[in-house]
Amino acid sequence: MKTISELQDIASQVRRDIIRMTAQVQSGHPGGSLGCADFLTALYFNVMNIAPNKFKMSGENEDLFFLSNGHISPVFYSVLAHRGYFSKSELSTFRKMESRLQGHPSISHHLPGVRVASGSLGQGLSVSIGAALTKKLNGDKSLVYCLCGDGELQEGQNWEAIMFAAAKNVNNLIAVVDANGLQIDGATKDVCDLGDLRAKFEAFGWQVLEMDGHNFENIFAVLNEAKEKLTTGKPVFIVMKTEMGRGIDFMVNNYKYHGTTTNPEQTELALSQLNETLGDY
Amino acid sequence: MKTYTFTEKKDTRSGYGAGLLEAAKRNPNVVGLTADLTPSVKMEAFSKEFPERFIQVGIAEANMIGIAAGMTIGGKIPFASTFANFATSRVYDQIRQSVAYSAKNVKIAATHAGLTVGEDGATHQVLEDIGMMKMLPGMTVVVPCDYNQAYLTTLAAAEHYGPMYLRYGRPTVPNFTSLDEKFEIGKGILLQEGKDVTIIATGHLVWTALQAAKQLDEKGISAEVINIHTIKPLDTELILSSVVKTGCVVTAEEHNIIGGLGDSVAHVLGRTVPTPIEMLGVNDVFGESGTPQQLLDKHHLNEEGIIASVLTVLNRK
Repeated sequence: MKTISELQDIASQVRRDIIRMTAQVQSGHPGGSLGCADFLTALYFNVMNIAPNKFKMSGENEDLFFLSNGHISPVFYSVLAHRGYFSKSELSTFRKMESRLQGHPSISHHLPGVRVASGSLGQGLSVSIGAALTKKLNGDKSLVYCLCGDGELQEGQNWEAIMFAAAKNVNNLIAVVDANGLQIDGATKDVCDLGDLRAKFEAFGWQVLEMDGHNFENIFAVLNEAKEKLTTGKPVFIVMKTEMGRGIDFMVNNYKYHGTTTNPEQTELALSQLNETLGDY
Repeated sequence: MKTYTFTEKKDTRSGYGAGLLEAAKRNPNVVGLTADLTPSVKMEAFSKEFPERFIQVGIAEANMIGIAAGMTIGGKIPFASTFANFATSRVYDQIRQSVAYSAKNVKIAATHAGLTVGEDGATHQVLEDIGMMKMLPGMTVVVPCDYNQAYLTTLAAAEHYGPMYLRYGRPTVPNFTSLDEKFEIGKGILLQEGKDVTIIATGHLVWTALQAAKQLDEKGISAEVINIHTIKPLDTELILSSVVKTGCVVTAEEHNIIGGLGDSVAHVLGRTVPTPIEMLGVNDVFGESGTPQQLLDKHHLNEEGIIASVLTVLNRK
């Protein structure tokens, strides 16, 4: 378990990694990655019961995490590396030929920590449900966590999965949506308004919580509450409020940084706003 | 000539249902999923015997494929079943990313493939599924020819690690293969030896090919008949050993000639022993309503069609 101060240090380094990884190859998705750095740091260091040093695809008796919005691979890879799934030096290979750190998560290169490919949106929640069902059949009491983007909820497959999970009482699943309100073409409410997500998920039969994705104490409190709510038999959905580009003033809440990287000057400026707490890779 | 006989006609989807039940008895990790088609895909017996291992997904095929992929994590062997059109073209990207690219041990067990769905018409008569599935890296594609082979296919699939597409049909067809026969994924079966022409068939057309060979024999034409149940990986060794002997080939399948068995055979021949080939299949059109036999006849997927193709290809030798 890490202290809040230690988690903040890790998240700051993760954000530096995100900027450096994407700037280096001038491709990738820094905005959403920066927004989820606190949540994934909290989840991997203080919440999930996992065995980073002996990664097994089967994940028996471990909590599992599935990244449905695979384009935020930079934050996923950085957190996995800091947690010990693989060497931090490997972050320098992101999106390069022969790298295990493919543009979007892949299992074809056997990167520890990744259990399914994602990138084509809308599929992760179904996969998470499947993994949760297997845990139930195996008598494995561990939990399954799934992160998806808010824009991603425009994909219809999600709603098939949302309907199923409540109807079939998949109560070992916590789904978190990165509610930053932005997607490639602009604000989510302008592109295709998701409406009231709480009301929608409740109508589908889920238990819904809200979370501040940049407040570690709140993240732990809400995730604990989520675990308690699972005992009532229904899956839990968490609307996680985040800021795209969090941590860098000129990137915050700017949808252009969904999939645009920083140029050399911007990179320097961005890194000047993030403490190098644990040493750059 | 070797004589093949049968005592009853049965559907290959029922061979799947029986095979799934047996596979589930043998291996507790076998699970079954369907999208509101339990009786049609012949999962009733399995669902009654193993209710906790039967996942009714509802009419949501994309979710079914994703759930199946996720269930492999932790060791389950999911058989995901619906009509072949909804099991492939409707969910191609889900299969591509969550199953094939993710190398998940999912068995896509698709029934009601091809023209012989009959009266339902083109929306339900998928003729492109073999092509779509074989194009996915790592995907194994199997098309059994009768009930017994469908049963053996299903048992073999449960023991084979890796993503698989299993193509079963709706109508009853002669059940002529033996359950005692050795069945191996990727190994074609030489049904009839001959020297003038090689007829390579898959699925429902295998029996038809045998009947055509009998008629050809009466005309003095010696046809070799091969059952290729596994389209991918293709048994190139068996095909080439036959073709080198006969010097010409006819393929027969209930599928678009683009992307099917004939296409796979032509690919191999073109790269090794260029050989005259006639590909009998559906000629790049959609199906329509009709009885299965009317539809097969319209597309010449019958004995006469195979014989005509043989005569054509013999002239090209």
